[in-house]
Amino acid sequence: MEKYVGLEFLKLNRFQRFLYKFTHFFLGIPNWFKNLGLAIWHLIKKIGLAIKNEVLDLIDTFRKGDWKTRVSYVVMGFGNLFRGQIGRGILFLAFEALFLFYMIFWGGSWIGQMSTLGTQGPEEVYDTVYDTYTTIYHDNSFKILLYSVLSLFFIIAFIYTWRLNIKQAKIAQQLALEGKHLRTSKEDIRSFADDQFHKTMLALPTIGILVFTVLPIIFMILVSFTNYSGANNNGYSNRLFTWVGWTNFQEILTWQVGGTAYSAAFGEILGWTLMWAFLATFSNYFLGMLVAIMINKKGIKLKKVWRTILVLTIAIPQFISLLYVSRMFADNGIILTWLRQLGLASGSFSFIGTNANPWVARFTVVVINIWIGIPYLMLIATGILMNIPVDLYESAKIDGANSWQQYTKITLPYMLFITGPYLLTSFIGNMNNFNVIFLLTGGRPDNPAASGASGTVGYTDLLITWLYKITMGANSEYYMASVIGVLVFVVVAVISLVVYNLMPSNKNEEDFQ
Amino acid sequence: MNAEKETLVVAESSPTLITLAPKKHMGMRTKNGIGSTVIYVILVLMSVIWLFPFVCIFLQSFEINRNSELINPGSIFPVQWGWDNYKNLFDPNGEFFKDFYVMNLDINFNRWLLNTFIVSLATAALQTVIVLCMSYTLSRLRFKGRKFLMKFMLILGMFPGMLTMIILYRVLADLGLTQQNSIPGLILVYVASSGMGYYISKGFFDTIPKSLDEAARVDGATRAQVLFKVILPLSKPIVIYTILTAFMGPWGDFVFAAYVAFNNKDGMNVAVGLQNLVSGTTNIVDKYRVFCAGGVIIAIPITLLFLLLQKYYVEGVTGGAVKG
Repeated sequence: MEKYVGLEFLKLNRFQRFLYKFTHFFLGIPNWFKNLGLAIWHLIKKIGLAIKNEVLDLIDTFRKGDWKTRVSYVVMGFGNLFRGQIGRGILFLAFEALFLFYMIFWGGSWIGQMSTLGTQGPEEVYDTVYDTYTTIYHDNSFKILLYSVLSLFFIIAFIYTWRLNIKQAKIAQQLALEGKHLRTSKEDIRSFADDQFHKTMLALPTIGILVFTVLPIIFMILVSFTNYSGANNNGYSNRLFTWVGWTNFQEILTWQVGGTAYSAAFGEILGWTLMWAFLATFSNYFLGMLVAIMINKKGIKLKKVWRTILVLTIAIPQFISLLYVSRMFADNGIILTWLRQLGLASGSFSFIGTNANPWVARFTVVVINIWIGIPYLMLIATGILMNIPVDLYESAKIDGANSWQQYTKITLPYMLFITGPYLLTSFIGNMNNFNVIFLLTGGRPDNPAASGASGTVGYTDLLITWLYKITMGANSEYYMASVIGVLVFVVVAVISLVVYNLMPSNKNEEDFQ
Repeated sequence: MNAEKETLVVAESSPTLITLAPKKHMGMRTKNGIGSTVIYVILVLMSVIWLFPFVCIFLQSFEINRNSELINPGSIFPVQWGWDNYKNLFDPNGEFFKDFYVMNLDINFNRWLLNTFIVSLATAALQTVIVLCMSYTLSRLRFKGRKFLMKFMLILGMFPGMLTMIILYRVLADLGLTQQNSIPGLILVYVASSGMGYYISKGFFDTIPKSLDEAARVDGATRAQVLFKVILPLSKPIVIYTILTAFMGPWGDFVFAAYVAFNNKDGMNVAVGLQNLVSGTTNIVDKYRVFCAGGVIIAIPITLLFLLLQKYYVEGVTGGAVKG
């Protein structure tokens, strides 16, 4: 297909333009994948080069270093310690001692067990004194996996610190050779409020994220390759579990109806999750914008009152409002009672009950979500609408544009340009919108075709509520929950990458400052 | 070509337009009037829809007739008014909850309220510090690995948070911070990974001109002094926004809080407790009334706080979204 540039493109009529953009988008996909592949290849090359440089520098430092620097390769902080930087030296040395101590007494054995995740499960032992059987626990797979991941973290941290120590020794040696001033411990401490200030500020947040987000995520990714479930042990995992490779992923991704039925359920739920995210995001977006435009229209009074009324849904916790709304729409709820009294609904009609039509239930959920979502969008849109330069509208009016033209030619493009990133995050947020589905329908009405070994699956279940159901279900198949979590990540990552590359507003963050 | 033609047409017809202008203006005005009326009608209708559930919750919390749904189906007004639901709520050992104990449902609203309040206060204080540290640093300081850190957190955010629940529970259990001791555990988990939510306040810090920092640096201020003496005094809106959202978060969390409390009534927050109250399999009609009473008690202070600080919330939300 030929490429139009400039005037050639402008000559096309609206339909042709749309067709042109549409086909170009799809023709661009192979190229896009090629670029992605290239980007990954460049990244690998970059990392390889970085490692090579580090190793070369290590060798170089050792060759040119004096004895103090060379000892630093074994005794960390030696170079700093004997050049007067006592504070740094002691810290390095203490870290090394701590690491060795931990590795010898605990870490080594944890990592040693990582390949099997324990070999000896709990056993019943006859207690001759009390004449009963007691359970003796031996290996605990959960702890082995958790602590070996922690130990691996520790090893990475150690390697980084070791490298840092050699760099420091090299710098100290050089500065001493040139007769320059070496930073004292006092100056070191002071620098944490100045040129090292970012380290002070980030220490606490990053440690928190590392321990409470990164570690659990890595752990759960590893769990998706095991057969860890809570069956028979009340969530306490003294039973052994072990590595199973890609089996879990095969089970969920190989299309198969009946039997364990994970794959059928996954297909059904993924389809609805994407549809839900799309509908929820765009219905809220356009209606919220409309409401904002209405409230902000010149001459409309009581602007603050309208806004405040809508904003109440943000203020009141969702578990109160949504639980009550779900009761209002229930089979014996007030809405259906009214509709029946007015003769608008038959006795068997149901919005979100167990016997509801799946599409009625899905539609109802989307509509109720509008009730929740409009206020946020109204606030955001209000902020943006006020930023649109007024002279744009004035010159449009002079040129004879009516309000619909003003909307489609000025307001909408401006909004879309500014809120592009927001739309993406809100799409992803809706994919993982646990509260709305869980509190409104709990996934009902049930979908018999998708339910199976994984428990009951409903027509309104999202991947995230399914994940929750599996975790809390009778068998607590944590391994499947982890697989679903990983797949959600893959879907979200792919969507984000594609959309991000298509977005016109890949803004440079420095532009604003 | 087309555009040229259009301007020509406008130029030719402009004299007539001017003479017609007053008449057309009148027409516009009545049209505007109709438009405004339509908008008012829509807004009033929307207000009714938006307020309806809340009004219902409020009215139902005063209903004391057990059979009201049979006596007067479809009515939102109580058949019999009274304070009984509120009294029952605050009296865990009273007559009302006897049925619940049979079902092994533990009720202790006073404790739930206290728990939630403690968690909220602690989270508001600590989370604000962490979020502001993170966002300030990423916004205004330039250092090696900054871009990497931001990309890394973006990728981390793509994992569903619920995934980490299982392991966090186990870690807390090993530390002895679950069930009746769940309060410190909840605070720890809420605060620890809150650094990931830096986007909105970073958006705010990005809008403060960099020349302010530079001027202060030239005058010899350290980076810490720049933060405390220059930027922080300018950041009142975002500080209040962060405190407000951090404070409101724990009032609504029931998934993780329920998991950590593990059916222990002393470790629950209001959301978990009230959700258990209605989602249990008991067929007691009154439980919804008591739930409504609980809802009103929680919603009123939070709503008042929110409306009071609404200005800052709006600034935060709009600023964050515009910056993306």
